[in-house]
Amino acid sequence: MNYLTLFRALAPEVILLLAAFVALTFDLLLQHSHELQQRMRIAGVFAIVGLLGAIVLLIQQAPVTLLGGTLVVNQLTVIFKIVVVALTVLTVIISIEYPVGRHVGEYFATVLFGAIGMMLLVSAEELITVFVALELTSLSLYILTAFHKGALRSQEAAVKYFMFGAISSAFLLFGMSYLYGVTGSTNLREIAVAIQATGSTPLLVVALLFILVGFGFKVAVVPFHLWAPDAYEGAPTPVTAFIATGSKVASFFVLTKFVMLSFAGMPGSAFWKHLTPGWTMLLALMAVASMVLGNLAAIVQHNVKRMLAYSSIAHAGYIFVGLLAASVTGATSVFFYVIVYALTNLGAFGVVTALSERVGGDDLEHFDGMAKRAPFLSLLMLIFILSLAGVPPLGGFFGKFYLFMAAVERDSVNFGLLWLVIIGIAMSAVSLYYYLILLKHMYVHKARNEERLKTPVYLNLTLAAVAIAVIYLGLNPQPLLALLKNFVAQL
Amino acid sequence: MRADWSIYISFIGAGLVMLLPRNAKNLIRWTALLTGVAALTVALTGYLAYNSWIKTGNAGLWQVINLPWIPLLGSNYHLAVDGINYPLVVLNGFVCVTGILFSWNIEERVKEFFAFFLTLIAAVYGVFMAMDLFLLFVFYELAIIPKYFIIAIWGSTRKEYGAMKLVLYSFIGSALVFIGVLAAYFAAGGITFDILELSKYPIAGHIQVWVFPLIFVGFGVLAGMWPFHTWAPTGHVAAPTAASMLLAGVVMKLGAYGCLRAAMLLFPAGFEYWRWIIAWMAVIAIVYGAAVALVQKDFKFIIGYSSVSHMGFVILGLATLNVTGMSGAILQMFSHGVVASLLFAVVGRMIYDRTHTRQLDELGGLRKALPFAFWTFLIGGTASMGLPGFSGFVAEIQVLIGAFQMSPWLAAGAAISIAITAAYILLALHKVFFAEEEHVTGDGHGHGEVVGESRWNLPGITCPEVVASVILMALLVIVGLYPSIMLDMIKANVALFPGVAR
Repeated sequence: MNYLTLFRALAPEVILLLAAFVALTFDLLLQHSHELQQRMRIAGVFAIVGLLGAIVLLIQQAPVTLLGGTLVVNQLTVIFKIVVVALTVLTVIISIEYPVGRHVGEYFATVLFGAIGMMLLVSAEELITVFVALELTSLSLYILTAFHKGALRSQEAAVKYFMFGAISSAFLLFGMSYLYGVTGSTNLREIAVAIQATGSTPLLVVALLFILVGFGFKVAVVPFHLWAPDAYEGAPTPVTAFIATGSKVASFFVLTKFVMLSFAGMPGSAFWKHLTPGWTMLLALMAVASMVLGNLAAIVQHNVKRMLAYSSIAHAGYIFVGLLAASVTGATSVFFYVIVYALTNLGAFGVVTALSERVGGDDLEHFDGMAKRAPFLSLLMLIFILSLAGVPPLGGFFGKFYLFMAAVERDSVNFGLLWLVIIGIAMSAVSLYYYLILLKHMYVHKARNEERLKTPVYLNLTLAAVAIAVIYLGLNPQPLLALLKNFVAQL
Repeated sequence: MRADWSIYISFIGAGLVMLLPRNAKNLIRWTALLTGVAALTVALTGYLAYNSWIKTGNAGLWQVINLPWIPLLGSNYHLAVDGINYPLVVLNGFVCVTGILFSWNIEERVKEFFAFFLTLIAAVYGVFMAMDLFLLFVFYELAIIPKYFIIAIWGSTRKEYGAMKLVLYSFIGSALVFIGVLAAYFAAGGITFDILELSKYPIAGHIQVWVFPLIFVGFGVLAGMWPFHTWAPTGHVAAPTAASMLLAGVVMKLGAYGCLRAAMLLFPAGFEYWRWIIAWMAVIAIVYGAAVALVQKDFKFIIGYSSVSHMGFVILGLATLNVTGMSGAILQMFSHGVVASLLFAVVGRMIYDRTHTRQLDELGGLRKALPFAFWTFLIGGTASMGLPGFSGFVAEIQVLIGAFQMSPWLAAGAAISIAITAAYILLALHKVFFAEEEHVTGDGHGHGEVVGESRWNLPGITCPEVVASVILMALLVIVGLYPSIMLDMIKANVALFPGVAR
């Protein structure tokens, strides 16, 4: 093992680490001489520079496998790392105006640490590394959730998130230890080979079950979703965006890797009329529960962030439908959807961040008449929300279409998975209702106060760029889709 | 210019309107109008060219554009026109232009109104021309959302309820279509979404039997198919005038067109299996819609339910699966599109915007106050009744003949509605335009009105209204007196439809 190779392969992560320390140090030096707002900007710029540097390095990276398959760099992981870094950039940009308190350097450094964890998670193909990366991500997010120092809600959310997260980590680790015990390896690819050789054993089933439960917590599917609404509502809004996007992308990526590499050959079936206990059936049940409960619970929410939390639970359900297809198309559709979903959600939370601070809250009523008060951001919100609802020609529509298509394709002769698709489509009709309720508040209701809201230009432009990306991915999904499909086949 | 420019022009127009300053209301209106006229001109010139091609004995599709869009799915950006969709494309153009003219008096949030309106128009053009199932679905869903905002923001009676109901019905309909489309795609091998390619692929009968009703009902919801029609009256009533015109005039046709182009073309065996049930449901819709219209107290609800009844003729005509019936159905789509637009314009724009009431009991004696509205309603109403000389007659008689060939009982059932239609139109005509001229009204507090003198003091009919009404009335008469301008191309192409009886 050449240390230079190691360093080169991890250069993007290293540069983020450096940026984090620079942001910390500079903020320490500036904290007495500068205003809070200026410190936010300076630290934010350092973080952004580091992140952009990471993107540049990522683009140039050559495929390499490190430490005997512990960390893998290939085109697919590079794409996902770029996505994670881009989401972090957006998180930082929407954070700059947000009052996170006086610990400015710590805030941005923690965001960057979280991003490093997500990047490692994307690369990891070894159980211990996966676990460590996941913990790095989660711990950063717990801390960030609590950043509203004065707000009790934020503290409560953080404690809840932490308790649930810690328990889920225990589940995950327990499952991994069994997996190691059964297969004798911690390397995902070696595990896959061992499973193929031995076939299914009861212990293996237990192992996979526990791993699924662990990941279920991380991606917030029913019945492991209870932390999500509180954490989403209580956390500072940019952090909510980060939790809902960056960590989801990384978690789903590694979960898909688990499914494709180790679950695929396992017994179990979710085909209608052939339902057999096993991991697919478990996934199917979780998918149905998430789609139904997430969407129905979202209808009665009065808080936009809470509503988006339930909607994200529902979206995790949709993604599970593609995931349990366990095919190349299925994995492609999951990857495509996760990317589109993350962009869309980040945009939506970005608009919520920008507006809620100026109107004093993030309940539905606070958004009344927003179309008049902030027409541009309202238009962007319209695009993001409709993309979440799956309305063409936006990315969310195509992503959902492709997810469901992948599920039908899995058994295209007998339409074994069509029942899941039917539930999914029925539930997305339900989801249109509450998405329209939000848009109704923004576009139809009259505002009590018609004063125009001023938002910084850089924020508007950034969010507009995200909206354009969402539209582009809907109008022309082929390039990204072909890219992903090509690389998934290499998995 | 290529026919697909109608789509792009409308989209560009919507974008332009968005860029104009909020307060330049007249500029916005003129931009919208010019956009509509330009799109209509493109459609109309193409229509006339296609018509002369038909006259020389040809029939079939004119390809507009066919480019690979998402090769991974086998979806192409494929647009084409023929004698079945061209009348509807032209109809959309006319309803767009007249709808804009009838919306001239909108003062609130003008910019957003026309932006949503033109987006909707563009999407409708797209649905009519799409020859790729996925593309058709994309345009179809794109048309749903603008309707919500147009109704919820600018509508009247229970607008938020009506808008939400309409959108959820449409979305549930499109969800059914979605499932059917996926099933069709994979049953045909999972390589292409192209409608023409798919139609060549023999899909197994047992699959057709359950997939066909999904797609047919999914589209049928939007066509106001009984018993899924309830969105239509509430939606039409809640909508502002231009949107009612567009909803009843064009959007309901999207549904019927989808039934024809997607469900019937791709699943002939499934269609054969369900044909009789559909035909009888259509007859129920025809009679039920007319009967319910008869007892309405709200003028707009009468027109709303009459749409359900008239769309029943379309579905019945399609179900006959013979050239006469199906041609009648397509002509009826055009005819009803024009009639419904005209009637909704009279009710919504000419009367409601001036009197601020639509209750039959509160109206009355408008003949003297609004003579132009009276004559327009008279002509529109007569056309709606299906009197000879108007397009509705040509259409409905063909549907009835076609239905008769299928079963005399169907024709007899549908024919009942003609009497009922005459009744509710005449009743409305009487109550709105004549009643109260002869007697004194009083609200019980001594505020009686003088005999013989109109109690209305209303602003006169404006120029845009006159122009738009004249355009629509002219269409009714031209197609009524000279049906071959439309019927020839319809018949030539319907005859090519697989499995159609001569």
